[in-house]
Amino acid sequence: MIKSIKLRLAIVIVTVVLALIYLVPTMSGSVPKWWGAVFPTDKIHLGLDLQGGIHLLMEVDVEKAMHASTDRVTASVKRAMLEDKFKVSEVTQTETGIVRIKLEDAAELDKALTFFTDRYPIWDHMSTQGSIILYKVSGKERLRTEKLALDQAVETMRNRIDQFGVSEPEIRVQANNRILVQLPGIKDTRRAIDLIGKTALLEFKLVNDKFDPAKVTETELGENLEVLYQQTRDPETNAVVSKRPFVLEKKSLMTGEYISNANVRFNSQFGEPYVSLEFNAQGAKLFDQITAANVKRRLAIILDKNVYSAPVIQERISGGQAQVSGRFSAKEAHDLAIVLRAGALPAPIKILEQRAVGPSLGRDSIRKGLVSMVVGFIFVVIFMVVYYRLSGLVANIALILNVLFIMSVLALAQATLTLPGIAGIVLTIGMAVDANVLIFERIREELRLGKTPRASLDSGYSKAFLTIMDANITTLIAAIVLYQYGTGPIKGFAVTLSVGIISSLYTAIFVTHLVFDMVAERRALKKLSI
Amino acid sequence: MQFLNSDKMNVDFVGKRRLFIMISAIAILIGMAALVVRGGLNYGIDFAGGTMVQVRFAKDLNSDQIRTALAEIDMGDASIQQFEGEATHEFLIRVEKSQTNLVGLSDEIKVVLDKAFGAENVDIRRVEMVGPKVGKDLRRQGMLAIIYAMIGILIYVTFRFELRFAVGAIVALVHDVAITVGVFALLDKEFSLPIVAALLAIVGYSLNDTIVVYDRIRENMKGSGKSVFLEMINRSINQTLSRTILTSLTTMLVLVSLFFLGGGVIHDFAFAMIIGVFVGTYSSIFIASPVVILMQPKKK
Repeated sequence: MIKSIKLRLAIVIVTVVLALIYLVPTMSGSVPKWWGAVFPTDKIHLGLDLQGGIHLLMEVDVEKAMHASTDRVTASVKRAMLEDKFKVSEVTQTETGIVRIKLEDAAELDKALTFFTDRYPIWDHMSTQGSIILYKVSGKERLRTEKLALDQAVETMRNRIDQFGVSEPEIRVQANNRILVQLPGIKDTRRAIDLIGKTALLEFKLVNDKFDPAKVTETELGENLEVLYQQTRDPETNAVVSKRPFVLEKKSLMTGEYISNANVRFNSQFGEPYVSLEFNAQGAKLFDQITAANVKRRLAIILDKNVYSAPVIQERISGGQAQVSGRFSAKEAHDLAIVLRAGALPAPIKILEQRAVGPSLGRDSIRKGLVSMVVGFIFVVIFMVVYYRLSGLVANIALILNVLFIMSVLALAQATLTLPGIAGIVLTIGMAVDANVLIFERIREELRLGKTPRASLDSGYSKAFLTIMDANITTLIAAIVLYQYGTGPIKGFAVTLSVGIISSLYTAIFVTHLVFDMVAERRALKKLSI
Repeated sequence: MQFLNSDKMNVDFVGKRRLFIMISAIAILIGMAALVVRGGLNYGIDFAGGTMVQVRFAKDLNSDQIRTALAEIDMGDASIQQFEGEATHEFLIRVEKSQTNLVGLSDEIKVVLDKAFGAENVDIRRVEMVGPKVGKDLRRQGMLAIIYAMIGILIYVTFRFELRFAVGAIVALVHDVAITVGVFALLDKEFSLPIVAALLAIVGYSLNDTIVVYDRIRENMKGSGKSVFLEMINRSINQTLSRTILTSLTTMLVLVSLFFLGGGVIHDFAFAMIIGVFVGTYSSIFIASPVVILMQPKKK
């Protein structure tokens, strides 16, 4: 323990001034410009439960991403084998990550096995039966694909959210292919989910007019055709009100990956919004070829398996532009443009958890939290003065400083203050006086043993010190475990509880001891008001 | 002012230890029995999965009117509950639906309510949707968190004291958690994420109390080597009794303030803490130390 009172006083003053400086931006709302040049401007960050907003926990369907990626490799394997003059009748993905290769000539088996070990190390050989070989995507490749899909999904979401314009969004990857997104200040959950969670896979497919979409059968469709629908939704309830079927050629001629820009435009005749697309050079060339080869046929524009429109190609389109029209509102068109610009998600998303708090509830919570804090504080302060008189007053100074330090550490560490976090502060107020209670009870004991006030003070502090440390460290263990476990608001409780415990050690031991020593130095203590 | 003078206090806590252990055992058994009878805890949507919508109406309504309006949506069993003690017309609509798609259900509820009561009268204040998978995860993690906290504490106390003290501390903690959970089962109160936070805070708090008593026992062990073990433990409890009660009192003061003024989520949290602090104080006086005595090797 530092002996010099002056040095200790200096430490306390410096820490208090620092704490006050850190709190100025939060308290004043806005700070003058010169302030930012010298001092910190970080404010206490309010959690979603206090400022309102949306919390979404999503899961990326990495199995689907795995399937799609294996499909692409499978197609290239088939091409490569044909180039190498293999007589191969079948290369198919039988289930996700498992590929079956059927050779027409069993004599080529050895050659084929070497071909795969050399060129496709990402596949593990599973079994060979006659002329059929089974391969499995290796564990390492699987992990790589999953991670890639997850990273891409996060990147795309970040892009979309940035373009939508949300201040201070939080996007974090969690275990089990989960992504946590927090959007402060956003109210419309449905719109947010549409914006973030939409796969947004844009495809162009040709319409097959030979079949009546209403009557076509499975066998007629065969392997190369499919039926997709144009769904119209009620703008208010989001319920599907009508469904119109189309018979389409399964192979997509082009996808949204070639889009360089997408913007909302309004139809000059009816003022209806649509999204105009611009393709990059490669896309423009591809689109030019597609339209040239299919004049007078209908080209369906499909987003996430939903047909938006199917216009007839009147003439070859070489400008690298197209448009997506449908019956959507200006808002929907705006969001669709964002989603198309930001690109498609690599795999579908599932919403696992969704929490939305309106701003009015947030304001109420802040008010209630503050009221309960002030009332609890007043209770404790009065109790301490009644029970310990002047010494209680000293403990109360420590208590005020404790709250000050907790707040400033929150601002300094950019921690998030939540409603349970406020409860944590209130709880700390009740528990922080414990250190002083321990010390004071000890001092009273020493006084009863007949020691002088000065000696009682010293031995009271030194004897209580270890007890206080032991008792607080164990509470800290519980708080740290809670921080590890906690999600969102609960984490805020662990934060304020931990910070409160640590700062109460400083205020209740260091600061109060200093006050007593200062008093004792000025005049000989005859009696202790305790 | 002084309630208790620790020098003059000499209540025989240790001598009646069998009685207190019996009382605790019975309390725990009642809680467990309630748990069995009720078929488990009344999990909130955090743990059970489901959708919850908190809505405030600008006009006077009762839950039957809301139920009739919601009948339009096929959403299985819905519980509609008016917010306690509020002058406003605020309700919690809770739907437990694990099979069907929960996404969008809250939108449907909003549309139906808007239509029935007029959009200007309906203020959706909070929406929560937890999928069944997440609920299960949170339940498991909550259990693990409490177990990890206890292991961490066991290690620390063993390191600072002795193993038998650590065992005593853990028995007291399990006791506190069991009784608090038992009260929730008995009253059929909703068990949610903030309650798990409260349980961990209780673990921290109750331990705080226990450690203070143990510290005194350790100190007295050094000082008076020959005095009888039981008597020494009893003296230690008596010496720290005033502090134990005072700290519980100040903590109770703030908890009562949270309970009455904190609103919604904090209300239940404070309720759990009040029970926990009460039980925790009891256990550090009546349970933690007797366990140390039970584990004392018998000497003639």
